[in-house]
Amino acid sequence: MRVLLLVLCLFIPEMLISRTIVVAPAGKITSLKNAVALAKDGDTIIVKAGKYNSFNTLINKQLTILGQGYPVLDAGFKEECLTITAHHVKVDGFIVKNSKTGAMRDYAGIRLHHTAYVTISNNKLLHNFFGIYVSDSRNIQILNNECKGSAIQMESGNGIHLWKSNHITIKNNYVTGHRDGIYFEFVKASLIHHNLSEKNFRYGLHFMFSDDDVYQYNTFKNNGSGVAVMYSKRIKMTNNVFKENWGSSIYGLLLKDISYSQISNNNFIRNTTGVYMEACEEISISKNNFNNNGWAIRVLANCINSKFIANNFIANSFDVSTNGTLNLNHFEHNYWDKYEGYDLNKNGIGDIPYRPISLYAQIMEQIPQSVMLMRSFIINLMDKVERSIPSVTPESVKDVQPKMKPWKNL
Amino acid sequence: MEELIKISNLKKSFGKLNVLKGLNCSFNGGRVVSILGPNASGKTTLIKSILGMVIPDSGEIFFKGSPVVNTYQYKENIGYMPQIGRYPDHMQIGQLLKMMQDIRKKHSGLDESLIAAFQLQSMFNKAMHTLSGGTRQKVSAALACLFNPDVLILDEPTAGLDPLAAEILKEKIQEQKAKGKLILITSHIMSEVDEIADEVMYLFEGQVKFFMPLSQIKSSTGEEKLGKALTKILAS
Amino acid sequence: MMFKIAKYIIFDILKSKVLLAYTLLLAIICTSIFMADADVTKGLVSITTVMLIIVPLVSIVYATTYYFNAYEFTELLVSQPISRLHILMGKYIGISTSILLAFVLGVCVPIAVFAFSTTGLTMMATGALLTLSFISLAFWASTITRDKAKGIGLALMIWFYFAIIFDGLVLLFLFLFGDYPLEKAMIAIISLNPIDLARILILLQLDISALMGYTGALYQQFFGSGLGIAFSLILQLLWIVIPMILALKIFKKKDL
Repeated sequence: MRVLLLVLCLFIPEMLISRTIVVAPAGKITSLKNAVALAKDGDTIIVKAGKYNSFNTLINKQLTILGQGYPVLDAGFKEECLTITAHHVKVDGFIVKNSKTGAMRDYAGIRLHHTAYVTISNNKLLHNFFGIYVSDSRNIQILNNECKGSAIQMESGNGIHLWKSNHITIKNNYVTGHRDGIYFEFVKASLIHHNLSEKNFRYGLHFMFSDDDVYQYNTFKNNGSGVAVMYSKRIKMTNNVFKENWGSSIYGLLLKDISYSQISNNNFIRNTTGVYMEACEEISISKNNFNNNGWAIRVLANCINSKFIANNFIANSFDVSTNGTLNLNHFEHNYWDKYEGYDLNKNGIGDIPYRPISLYAQIMEQIPQSVMLMRSFIINLMDKVERSIPSVTPESVKDVQPKMKPWKNL
Repeated sequence: MEELIKISNLKKSFGKLNVLKGLNCSFNGGRVVSILGPNASGKTTLIKSILGMVIPDSGEIFFKGSPVVNTYQYKENIGYMPQIGRYPDHMQIGQLLKMMQDIRKKHSGLDESLIAAFQLQSMFNKAMHTLSGGTRQKVSAALACLFNPDVLILDEPTAGLDPLAAEILKEKIQEQKAKGKLILITSHIMSEVDEIADEVMYLFEGQVKFFMPLSQIKSSTGEEKLGKALTKILAS
Repeated sequence: MMFKIAKYIIFDILKSKVLLAYTLLLAIICTSIFMADADVTKGLVSITTVMLIIVPLVSIVYATTYYFNAYEFTELLVSQPISRLHILMGKYIGISTSILLAFVLGVCVPIAVFAFSTTGLTMMATGALLTLSFISLAFWASTITRDKAKGIGLALMIWFYFAIIFDGLVLLFLFLFGDYPLEKAMIAIISLNPIDLARILILLQLDISALMGYTGALYQQFFGSGLGIAFSLILQLLWIVIPMILALKIFKKKDL
């Protein structure tokens, strides 16, 4: 009994009353590395404002590490900054910067490997090769971080990079100046929401072999190549904004080999191509706004069973284009601003079908240079004639129930 | 009297049609010169050349001794009354006169006697397109004299005028002559030429057939009437 | 002196009903397009279509007609101590000011009221330049011909060629030689037509997304840099200046 008491007396404080370790430039402990070495699972480390060198500091204990007044962890372009391998770690409120760059390894500002229940929040990751790099992990929260890359193409990795993980939440982050803003490969059952990814060199979001993920309320703006979602199933993409992704073969949203997915309530604004679909199957595209795009949607002929329902197509140079026929896809109840039909029974649905692929769009397929003739009299005339007496445009692609007025509140 | 206009070897063709074929002549002040000739003899072309409305192919026109082809300042000293005066339709007579003063930048030393004589003031508010041909001719005549030019060029001046107005214009011509001015007139009405001209220049196929004082024409042919005298000369 | 002549011509034109009709026509078209359509951009697109056809047509036909209708007035002016340069320039300034006024009231005002934007401003500017270049062409057509019928005939042909035939020929050309790299050639070809230049300037606003893609790097570089805008503007100015210089040369030697 005494022995037991003694043991309890010795160990309970250690186990239940976690300690707080303070790191400060002029304190007893002057580096995070030393603090981690002193700490035990469950401890809290508070890092005061100041500048600290951090050459691949390893967090291998269950620690809550909090920055106060944005202390700077600087890897001095020599190493990675932080590596987390323990579960239940929280890193919050740091400026993490200057990771090494290089082609041999993917150096990162914060690396998470083989871990779970880790939260990375409220950090600023500046000039890192990769910002946050997660691999073989689960149940990770990445919240309210800011990843600003070097804005130099050769020295830019991805902002938030995930590989072989699941149940990840990426929320409210801002990513810019990286190669890909957010990168997913083999990531399942994860949620990406309320992030802003802009001015990255390649994709705002790059998504491969990752099934059952949801992304919503994100904004992808002015990225080098837009957003690419490839080789995945059961993806839900809702309420996102894709805008100002300009250039040849640059797409607001590129879908390649995607199936059983839903794309709804998104805004596609001023992209060269709003949505590009290649080898897709069973995609539902509904209630989206397509405004001021060069091509609102481009669907290759190898897409099947996709439905385009109740979208708004407004002020796009071209509404739909394809390289062949789209027999196996379905358009219904969309609003097309170029529709010139009538509605005699006043039910809000046009009485004659709308053919969204114009003759000129077909000509553009063959002769891209004819872009210079857009809105010329001859082109308008040809389109008008073709609409009244269709002979070239694919008969199959038509919206038999076009809306007379745009859908509100999309 | 001083030589006002001299024309030297003036040539002009319209396409294949040679209208003026090396025309030479000179006009002095204090004379009324009538330019006569059959149709297509080059009368109008000559007048228009002097006015700079037709650009000659070669040759030169001297005004008070200076070459003036392709210039325009000398026109300050010319008043022109076209055969058919056409003016901006919506302009009123008063506005037209004002505009011409504005364009010629001359607002004083004006000769407004014809305006008064033709009683144009009462019609100042009338738009040009409402006027009869005769009234327009009055306006044209008044405009030609308005700026006190040294040279008056009148193209069929009395053609559309009523006898009374024609008489007023003839008096004006005499008055101007007395002031030492040169008056060039084209007319088909022989009696009129007979009445007012001092000299006759007869053009034929683009050249001066003859250019002599009226009195000489009459005396040499012994005819009293110009028409008959001309026929005689041309027959010989 | 030019401005004096211009002033009298403007007074004269403003009294005629033709120009008023043109102003009303433009104003009714523009206003009804904006009223009928909730979407401003779509309205601008519709107006562009109308503008690129009607503005050149009315400008060239009206200017030519007026030139010949005021022929006697021109004769009168030539007999006065005024240089021919000033006479023709005065006429040009007078006629173009009047037609521009109609354009401003008929097109610019509705756009400013309903769709004041960069696109709207571009349309105003290009429409004005287009008006001026077709009046220049009208002067060329008027001075090169001798009578009204021929002048108006030529004016209509010029319009028909630039508004319709030209683009058809370009399209045919593209069909025939579409396999060759034609991007640079296309820019050169387009600059041979003032309507196309105006259209491109508006495209740069309305369809920049489409112009930025698909046809390769050249257009993107060209139009993305602002060079394209400067290029089109300068060429449109040339389309105003060159026909007018030709008209002046002819007019100086012209027998009236």
